[in-house]
Amino acid sequence: MSVVLADLAYWQETTIRLLVGLIAVLLPAGTLVYLFLFKMMSFMQSRLGPMEAGPYGSLQLLAEVGKFLQKEDILPKAADRLIFKLAPFVVLISTFLLILVIPAGPDLWFIDVDTGIFLGLAVSSISVIGILMAGWASSSKYSLLGALRATGQLIAYELPMVLAVVGVIIQAGTLNVQEIVMAQATGEIFGFGGIGNPYVITQFVGFLIFLIAVQAELTQPPFDMPVAESELVTGYLTEYSGLRFLMFFIGEFATAAIFSALAATLFLGGWYVPGLEPTDNLFNVIGPIVLLGKMLLVAFFIFWFRFTYPRFREDQLQQLAWKVLIPLSLVNIVITGVLKVVF
Amino acid sequence: MIQLSSPEETTEEEIEIPKRDDIREDLISKLKDDLGESLVATEIIAEVDVWARVTKEAWLETAQVLLTRYNMKYFNFLSAIDWLPSPFGRDMDAQVDQPEPVTPEEMTWGTTGGETRFQLLARVHDPENHLGISLKVDLEDTDLSIESWSSIYPGADWHEREVSEMFGITFLNHPNPVKLYLPGDFEGYPMRKDFALLARRIKPWPGIVDVEDMPGEESEEDEVDA
Amino acid sequence: MSDTADTKQMAYIAAQAADARVNLEIETEGMTLNIGPQHPATHGTLRIVVRLDGEQVISADPLMGYMHRGYEKLTEVRTYPQVTTLVNRIDWLGSFANEVPFILAAEQLMEVEAPPRAQWIRTALFEMSRIANVVLFLGDMGVQLGAVTPVFFAFRDREFILNQIEAVTGGRFHPNFDRIGGLKDDLPKGWIDETRGVLKRIRNFCDEIETLVVGNEIFQSRTRNIGVIPADIGLSYGLSGANIRSSGVDWDIRRDGGVGLVHNELDWKVWTHPDGDSFARFWVRLQEVRESCTMIEQILDGIPSGPVMAKVPRIIKVPAGEAYVETENPLGVMGYYVISKGDLTPFRVKIRSASFNNVSITPWLLKGVYVPDVISILASLYFILGDIDR
Repeated sequence: MSVVLADLAYWQETTIRLLVGLIAVLLPAGTLVYLFLFKMMSFMQSRLGPMEAGPYGSLQLLAEVGKFLQKEDILPKAADRLIFKLAPFVVLISTFLLILVIPAGPDLWFIDVDTGIFLGLAVSSISVIGILMAGWASSSKYSLLGALRATGQLIAYELPMVLAVVGVIIQAGTLNVQEIVMAQATGEIFGFGGIGNPYVITQFVGFLIFLIAVQAELTQPPFDMPVAESELVTGYLTEYSGLRFLMFFIGEFATAAIFSALAATLFLGGWYVPGLEPTDNLFNVIGPIVLLGKMLLVAFFIFWFRFTYPRFREDQLQQLAWKVLIPLSLVNIVITGVLKVVF
Repeated sequence: MIQLSSPEETTEEEIEIPKRDDIREDLISKLKDDLGESLVATEIIAEVDVWARVTKEAWLETAQVLLTRYNMKYFNFLSAIDWLPSPFGRDMDAQVDQPEPVTPEEMTWGTTGGETRFQLLARVHDPENHLGISLKVDLEDTDLSIESWSSIYPGADWHEREVSEMFGITFLNHPNPVKLYLPGDFEGYPMRKDFALLARRIKPWPGIVDVEDMPGEESEEDEVDA
Repeated sequence: MSDTADTKQMAYIAAQAADARVNLEIETEGMTLNIGPQHPATHGTLRIVVRLDGEQVISADPLMGYMHRGYEKLTEVRTYPQVTTLVNRIDWLGSFANEVPFILAAEQLMEVEAPPRAQWIRTALFEMSRIANVVLFLGDMGVQLGAVTPVFFAFRDREFILNQIEAVTGGRFHPNFDRIGGLKDDLPKGWIDETRGVLKRIRNFCDEIETLVVGNEIFQSRTRNIGVIPADIGLSYGLSGANIRSSGVDWDIRRDGGVGLVHNELDWKVWTHPDGDSFARFWVRLQEVRESCTMIEQILDGIPSGPVMAKVPRIIKVPAGEAYVETENPLGVMGYYVISKGDLTPFRVKIRSASFNNVSITPWLLKGVYVPDVISILASLYFILGDIDR
């Protein structure tokens, strides 16, 4: 960005960044919703999914958005209005902040700070506040139960996520996301430099822990106690309708997309494909596409688990986090550190 | 006589040998020993079923005896019968409901007889020996109350609630005597015969609608003009 | 808001609370949660008022009657053949099975026996209604626990069974096919071979469910040792069918004391499970579907030829008497106690429906249980609202 647009005025640059940011969030979210939620889920369940709106139902998303936009804005009478209205925005803010740290090419980044991944993980936990606000302000018992479950779950699964990433950081030697990608691109596996060193190979355990933790952060099944449809209607989302529900919906899928992109960046090599020089200008063009492809691959697994497994009970969920994932990730860190020093 | 279905089979000569049902006879004789005077009437249809009618005071004791000594662990159901012939009744040969209530006929009772308008009907079962018994008890019109079985068979709880709201019978010592099906402010006891079925009052019975032919037969039986 | 509207609203709320026996003024402990009547989990309009302490249940109180149609009163003004139409709608998923005990009770009073061919076809349709009903349960249990996929497979494979039922009876959901003295019609041509193919699909479905659901570790951890019903308590509440067989009681009316159906001429097995938890109830039903497939295959091999209807008068007047017949329906034991006075219409019919007793155990069963487990226990008990409310 800085190279190409060095001659633009500040406000023009900002506008372009804003637009690109919006597209970077909404396009993957939309792709995920259509491809995986509508089509892949339907095919796995031996049905076709939406087929009417557009060829093969491709415009179903537009139809859904239109439907939500024209709905009545209902607020429960006893709801706390200000917090009720703010909650979806808080959730969306954390999503948009997270996209900032993910690079899409050697020169395509929003911010390039030395503590990139730390910033990313920190802002991703803002959504917990949003969910709590939503559940509390709805003044409904279902929502409150859902929000409390969600808070416990999200806090519990932050830790394995962070600890899984620590292994990557140790191996890369830096917190800067762009440099992590470079390290994977230029690294070598036991002397063989052909395909770089995507950390999924050495950090396989970390990758798995990260995926499980992401599944829980998104409150997807098997960790969807907070939105357990058959128990709490939709948990903390029960009282939301129309545009506000759409914002939560977008937030959920955008977060899924961005976490998948983060996993792809940290473990699969981000925008890099082996065979070219990492600083090649070609990457500025195909980088985003490569990243999109890898993101779809990771999201495929996330959604596949979503449609297959029943859900955990709250205490089983917490047990999994505290008694299994955290010790495992700590062991992973220790081994990574030891091996890093040895080799 | 059991009617045979196919005309090709030869009709056997029907020799009426009364069938003996030893198990059920045994049950009744032992019950007579246990309950004595409280067992008012019994009936056995051989190899089909057995009925017993007991006095109101012995209702709870009967349950206790059946559960402990006869292994009747399975509680099947508990309900009530209102023997009053329906005052909105229909003459058998009439085609439509009478528009006005008719004078009710004499009250008649079914198996094991009876003396009062309301009778309780209960059934318990022995799941190991596969033997079930239907029990009846008379309830006087002046005092429609009886002891609850829920201390012995917990499953009787809901059945008794239904009976009490549908027939107006009170169950003493019931743990939770509130309405089961009907809303809280419902008035009347729907299952009683003198409670009108509103749908039939508004729109009379259409009469015997012309039924289709039985498959493959010419009917020589009495045909009613529809 | 005007005063009258407010007082009306207060009166309405008070009436609802009185119905639920929830004391609005003195709620000293626990949070009261209303599960239903509009709720994705309850199969119909069942409302359970649950008092919670955190996530644990202190007391659970099912309130029903939202679907009460007054069948027992309605049967008093219907002729015997007309009652079959009514009674189809009690358990609407396996609806042929509802007609059978009533028809058998009327036949017992009339001392008429259906011809052998009718009995065999009756048994085949009876078992097919069991498959249709339980296959839905197998898929639905997954949905209650969060696995959304098996229910689609269940609906898909159930369509084939419903097609077969429709080919014979003309109705997918409400066949209304049983008549006193036999059946309305005979089998269409080619039905027997088609049904064999359909049974193969059902067996495949059972295998799929076994891998997808039964073998899933999360499913097992959600259902094992949850909602354990000891056999004696189950019997004293009147639990029946797969619910009581999964507590170890070896009792199946098809084998022990059934009338009118030909199960005793077939070679099949009664499945029991000693545990009595939710997993056992699921597992027993899965095996019963397989067993039903075996039974239908034997029936298809051995249907005798002959008429499908005995000689009964055109206008059916059942002689005076009382009869009680029960059969092993998909949901449990269903029985009809028919009192006749020689009229065209029954004098009193007591409908003993299986789910009524099955659900009466929930206040006892749900004490001390977590909220997610409430849903899974209800799902495993498997009731149909029409069966509870009649």
